Amino acid sequence: MSFAIIGTGSALPKTIQTNEDLAQFLDTSHDWIVSRTGIEARHICVAESILDIALEASVNALENAQIKPAELDLIICPTLGGDTVTPSLACLIQEQLGATCPSFDLNAACSGFVYGLDVADAYFARNNDMKILVIAVDAMSKLVDWQDRATAVLFGDGAGAAVLGSGNSLKAIQLTAVGNQHALSIPWPKGNHPLTQNQSNPAPYLLMDGPEVYRFAVAAICSDLRSVVKAAGIELSDLDYIIPHQANLRIIEGAAKRLKLPMDKFVLRVNGCGNTSAASIPLVLDELNRSKTFKPGTRIALTAFGGGLTTGACVIEWT
Amino acid sequence: MVLEKVVEILRNYKDEQDLEVTMASTFEELELDSLDTVELVMEIEEAFDTSIEMDGELQTIGDVVTLIEKAIA
Repeated sequence: MSFAIIGTGSALPKTIQTNEDLAQFLDTSHDWIVSRTGIEARHICVAESILDIALEASVNALENAQIKPAELDLIICPTLGGDTVTPSLACLIQEQLGATCPSFDLNAACSGFVYGLDVADAYFARNNDMKILVIAVDAMSKLVDWQDRATAVLFGDGAGAAVLGSGNSLKAIQLTAVGNQHALSIPWPKGNHPLTQNQSNPAPYLLMDGPEVYRFAVAAICSDLRSVVKAAGIELSDLDYIIPHQANLRIIEGAAKRLKLPMDKFVLRVNGCGNTSAASIPLVLDELNRSKTFKPGTRIALTAFGGGLTTGACVIEWT
Repeated sequence: MVLEKVVEILRNYKDEQDLEVTMASTFEELELDSLDTVELVMEIEEAFDTSIEMDGELQTIGDVVTLIEKAIA
């Protein structure tokens, strides 16, 4: 036994910034961004807190699952961080929902949702009769340098959630991590201890070696998908949908070509949201669930990669 | 031999079969940005079934050819 996804939810901030909007204050253009990333617009938290969108996605997921917050046994919140260092975002979601269960954040960057599913799977192995909320949320707009045209255009904010209950949907799951600070990092803000004031600290904004991340990402999608379908006892061609982390269209195209898979196997939503980090996969999952795209028996692979460097992939059979 | 294969891959990547390429051609001259360069290097690596380091020192087609020749020697 593993678990079944019994409900999904998502939320995006109301403010949308198009590429043309970014070109007002960055030396960039719509055509340049689209040709290199596939991204046309992204949602940015302006009026909303990170908790606001996390809560909206959680409430939607609980309604979709037709369960009450009090029935939850655990809340896992994959995120780079919420509005506060402490309390954790998971605890604030718990408070606002009116749930009473243990709650914690999990930082695996863009691979966070798959990491969260893997942790949840271990809880189900201990006690199969549980309800777990995995709510992935990131507000990358607060973490990127809006004067750096090479990275700022890539990201957006969002939240995506899944409620897990008893079942046998998860056919295989695997995680990897290879510590690497050079490829992608976001330094902490400098503290104000008097003895550290003369030290030079990097600005607390995202730093990324784009080509290195591109190579890592394409290789990760290819190797993770090959091995996770093998672990599930199926072939790549048996998959109905592949939901990759929505970082960059060119990464997904590069992986599809190497796997010799048609692009229509991959669900692509990078155009409207940019890279929403941990939220990108559950945002897509919720959209397809609500449009009733999935039928009992539909085989879905999730494949994620991100800072750490981390990767995660799984095969789910919808029930 | 390595250069000929690299030029063939490059011409296919840019979809320009009469593109003039020499060892001294820079990625900049060929209008290849960092994303194009990494995609191209990955295709070249696959063609030669090897891998090379990309540490920002790659400026010319000759740089890639030299690293590939070392890797497969």
